[in-house]
Amino acid sequence: MSDSPPIRTVVGALLRKELRVELRTFESIPAMTLFSVTTYVLFHFGLQQNQVGGSLASGVLWVTLLFAAVLGINRLFVADAEQGGFDGFLLSPADRGALLLAKGAALFLYLTVVEVISVPAFALLLLEPSLGAAMPGLLAVLALVNLGVAAIGTLVGALAVRTRSRDLLGPLLSLPLLVPVVIGAALSTTPLFSAPARAMPLHWLVILALYDLVFAVIAFALFDYLLED
Amino acid sequence: MYGKRLRGLALTTAALLTLTLLAVFFWAPNDRTEGFLQKIFYVHVPMAIITLSGFIAGGVLAIQHLRTGESRWDLRSYVAIHISLVFGVGVLVTGSIWAKAAWGHWWVWSEPTLVSFLLVMLLYATYQPLRFAIEDPERQARAASVFAIVAGVFVPICFTIVRLSTAYVHPRTLDNISGNLPGRMQLVFWMAIGSVFLLWLLLWRYEMASKHTSAQLRRLRQLLSEDDEALPPLRRSAAPTVEHAGIAGR
Repeated sequence: MSDSPPIRTVVGALLRKELRVELRTFESIPAMTLFSVTTYVLFHFGLQQNQVGGSLASGVLWVTLLFAAVLGINRLFVADAEQGGFDGFLLSPADRGALLLAKGAALFLYLTVVEVISVPAFALLLLEPSLGAAMPGLLAVLALVNLGVAAIGTLVGALAVRTRSRDLLGPLLSLPLLVPVVIGAALSTTPLFSAPARAMPLHWLVILALYDLVFAVIAFALFDYLLED
Repeated sequence: MYGKRLRGLALTTAALLTLTLLAVFFWAPNDRTEGFLQKIFYVHVPMAIITLSGFIAGGVLAIQHLRTGESRWDLRSYVAIHISLVFGVGVLVTGSIWAKAAWGHWWVWSEPTLVSFLLVMLLYATYQPLRFAIEDPERQARAASVFAIVAGVFVPICFTIVRLSTAYVHPRTLDNISGNLPGRMQLVFWMAIGSVFLLWLLLWRYEMASKHTSAQLRRLRQLLSEDDEALPPLRRSAAPTVEHAGIAGR
């Protein structure tokens, strides 16, 4: 390992590769975005509401974003498993944690891009109170949710990708692990979306951040074992 | 190796279980508010505690597997999670019965322990499908261990977060379980924990013994049979096969 390149260089190279692949194939981001907008329409008909606010709005937003994220998690490692990306990476002297960091960063960026379109679409289609006032708090929650999804999604994606039924196992494994993220996010944004907007309970941001941290550490500790062959 | 002293353990477990049940029904006082119904507490709560401890033990054994690379640790972790899953179904059923009797509903969302337990069970329900979906035994063992560790860490965190999310909705009645029980109830409760633990341990040892015995039987058959009539291959399974666990010879 002495002649391995510095981890920052490796992560940068891997992340550039991820983004280049995504820009050439458009495999994840457009599908996730379209899925989230379609789900808002489904919620409109399913709930039979033209506008939602309060806890209902929180629920619709976070469940939709989470399901969209699961689509991304399912695709995250498929190309590497099928087209030899893993083998190429394992042959290089690079530290294996670099792959986790690069994939996690890629997933974080995908989610952010999706939300740039999907959250305004939600405000336009369904949200009752205006988005502007809720924006600063919402941005903080979105960042923490993305971090949590990136940590858990990368770990679960790597776990599920080399199984026979990866499309089924990915969501089944990731959704229970993401329930605490939904709890934190929904409880944080419900006051923001309420008709007289109330202050956001800050302790849930702290809990979300701690949850993200714990799973980031676990993912970093265990990722090596998923790559061994 | 795992078959030794099983009979003694089985007899002790049976004796303690009988004694506990007798104490639960005839010796422990009836609860003032819930009456006779509260007796299910002596089955439900110990079983829940042992199930969760079993899940966490599965995670600890999985850490040992990843550290040493010896697959017998994977087998131990698998059996621990397997037995706990069976116990967990019992916990959900008894909890549901208790909720129906005490609150009039089969399911109560404002009871954080019940909800967290369901979440934990939903996660662990994917353990066997995950194993089954990976054919290469070594990779299966590693993936299962990673899962067991992640899920083991998830257990206490999940309970904390769900509890926090309902804390201001629903005041806790049993804040700490052993603290506000009168003497006799507390003693019976600890007896119940002891006997459920022994039952868990007994079943764990039985499954380990059974896995080893069938592996040994297969090995003997292989020795006896001629080369041209090979044994049928093992079916694909979610359980780790002992041949791969490298302990068949012991």
